[in-house]
Amino acid sequence: MQLQLTEEMQAFREEMRTFFTTQVPQEIRDVVLQGRELSRDQIVQSMQILNAAGLAVPHWPSEWGGRDWTDLQRHLWNEEMQAAGVPAPLMFNAGMIGPVIAHFGTPEQKQEFLPKTANCDIWWSQGFSEPDAGSDLAALRTTAVRDGDDWIVNGQKTWTTLGQYGDWIFTLVRTNPDVKKQAGISMLLIDMRTEGLEVRPIELIDGGHEVNEVWFTDVRVPGANLVGEVDGGWTIAKFLLGNERVGVAPVGATKQALARAKRICADLIAEDPLLRARIVELENELLALELTALRVVAHSAGGEPHPASSVLKLKGTELQQAVTELVVDLAGPAAFALGDDEASDEAWFRRSVPTYLNFRKASIYGGSNEIQRQIISRGILGL
Amino acid sequence: MDFTYDDEQGALREAVRGLVARTYGEYENRRRTVASDPGYDERLWGQLAEMGLLGLPFGEDDGGSGATWVEAAIVLQELGRVLAPEPYLTAVVQAGGLVADVGTAEQRAELLGGLSSGERLLSFAHASRRWSPSASGVTASQDGDTWTLQGRIDAVPQGANADVLIVSAETPAGTGLFVVPGDAVERSGHATYDGGRSARVVLGGVAATPLGDAGADQTSAIAAALDRTIVLGANEALGIIEQQLVDTTAYLKSRKQFGVTLNNFQALTFRAADMYTSVELTHSLVAWATMVAASVAAGERDSEQLSDAAARVAVQLGTAGRHVGQEAIQLHGGIAMTAEYRVGAGTSRLTYLEHLAGDRGHHLNELAAVVADHGALDPLAASVLGSAPVTAEVGS
Repeated sequence: MQLQLTEEMQAFREEMRTFFTTQVPQEIRDVVLQGRELSRDQIVQSMQILNAAGLAVPHWPSEWGGRDWTDLQRHLWNEEMQAAGVPAPLMFNAGMIGPVIAHFGTPEQKQEFLPKTANCDIWWSQGFSEPDAGSDLAALRTTAVRDGDDWIVNGQKTWTTLGQYGDWIFTLVRTNPDVKKQAGISMLLIDMRTEGLEVRPIELIDGGHEVNEVWFTDVRVPGANLVGEVDGGWTIAKFLLGNERVGVAPVGATKQALARAKRICADLIAEDPLLRARIVELENELLALELTALRVVAHSAGGEPHPASSVLKLKGTELQQAVTELVVDLAGPAAFALGDDEASDEAWFRRSVPTYLNFRKASIYGGSNEIQRQIISRGILGL
Repeated sequence: MDFTYDDEQGALREAVRGLVARTYGEYENRRRTVASDPGYDERLWGQLAEMGLLGLPFGEDDGGSGATWVEAAIVLQELGRVLAPEPYLTAVVQAGGLVADVGTAEQRAELLGGLSSGERLLSFAHASRRWSPSASGVTASQDGDTWTLQGRIDAVPQGANADVLIVSAETPAGTGLFVVPGDAVERSGHATYDGGRSARVVLGGVAATPLGDAGADQTSAIAAALDRTIVLGANEALGIIEQQLVDTTAYLKSRKQFGVTLNNFQALTFRAADMYTSVELTHSLVAWATMVAASVAAGERDSEQLSDAAARVAVQLGTAGRHVGQEAIQLHGGIAMTAEYRVGAGTSRLTYLEHLAGDRGHHLNELAAVVADHGALDPLAASVLGSAPVTAEVGS
């Protein structure tokens, strides 16, 4: 057992911190730290700065920009990035389709897509969920039917996050309706400018436009855009969803938000012992979570993920939500006021309720917390 | 940062696990043992001594094994797993730790040597207001070189059986520590709710030898001993809740109702999943706090870090211990209400551990008083409180 990071890892952490706090523009990081909405350009600019320094896709295979880091290094990279308010590399690119193409793609697909994906020259969207296929993803009904070498796609996807910015969409489609539902799914890469593809906004409870419906009406997709085997899409989907064991719990960002709340509301907190107790409880739970994340990354060098990694998403999102709730309660009636797009502490406060409402999503997406409980009870406890 | 045990520590764990399983693998043996005085198995205590486990955290010059609190924690986890009633936590960690910190070289050699060899049972007799490290209720008077103690301590662990009492008492300097032979005091023993033994000790002017420096105030040493008791006790508690989860899971897979095993009911399996979450988060925090305790003992970190870590563990365990302990009983149903089944005894022991050296509410208060003094916690820094509060918006 060892309490300290090795000197090498301390130096690595320092290197990350220095890069993130000096090389990514302050005005972009302030948007993140103040919980405002990043523009498409800001997300792209930030990811390109990271990519130029080899920090956008460190977990990819090294020939495509990966760094062969240990899980601990990736953890430190991820935490320092969050602490500095650097926008995470676009999840759909860096965390989802990139690793999929690198693993399952043809040489042509790798050549065509991976460099542009790492540099955010292509903005990817995710075409997985459907109105009747949420947690039960394999129930999806969007179809793709052969027409010569091409595929003709019809159906509807939903909850497509930031689909309004998307250039391409990686899409799970049903290619065989006659077999067990998991066995008839394929993955297609679809150019979102193709005729018959329409993105429609969904307004959310926070008043924002973060997600979309994507409709496909006789959308023609070249056969070369199939990833992996025909009817092999479920394997790819499982690979994509199970790929991540670092950064599953948003510890750094949640700690940041809590520390910020403490600072801004110092006077209120000084007067109220119940608030102080609530903050201690949150800090303590976040500490236990962070230590669990460290236990997991230190353990999983090359092998199977540590079973405790399954608690990270569950607990991480609960705490993320609990901190947004705290901020709502700290703000109280101050959140009624106008002017919530300003870059100030007061405005951060005034955004507290939309933020709180927005983050109810966290325990739903990425495998709802009920799915996480099922993974624990079945997969780990054997129940 | 590394949470894994090295080969030697792994071997220690296996050895302890094997040893205690031979005595308490059958829960009925534990029941039988706690039913009669002294409430633990003296033969097993002797075996723990032979393996060098009673002297683990003490220096070899003092008759100990020269290991660290991490090794003692490994022992406690295994004792917790089988609910072994041996007074390792109170005799070795609490009383022994105080002697190691405060005693003169001569006292350390005599008392820790005797403790490590199993010949002398030590106990810390501390009367104070609700986990305060300052003594109240016992006063020490000095007449020349002679000290006498007057007062009463209501619950001394193994107090009727202990060979040596380390007694705290009010002195002109604050709180002093004294060595008193167990048979020199008036004491009445009784069983505690967790199957342990405790005694009321009355000191009617008994002669006592100062532990360490006669005139010194030992309040901070006592505080450190209480903090270590929390951290090491949390390792015992971790062993208990891990085993409760194992028992509960096994029961859900075997017990049938409505014609099917209970694991067919999601209302139950999801609650087991939440127990797992509590156990794993506790595991991480307890392991960290144990490393902090070892690091403080090695002089690498200051004692304030031990106090902070102990408080954090107490807060976590207060929540998780009750969550797991209560759910273990509920998910079993009626069987866990019976004394012949071990799950409920675990919950009883968890309650004792929670209240031994400062509970959740007590430590939540302490942490809340200083919560504004630091920014975000950082377990990878030289102190978890390391980062100062951010006073201005970066760059704006």
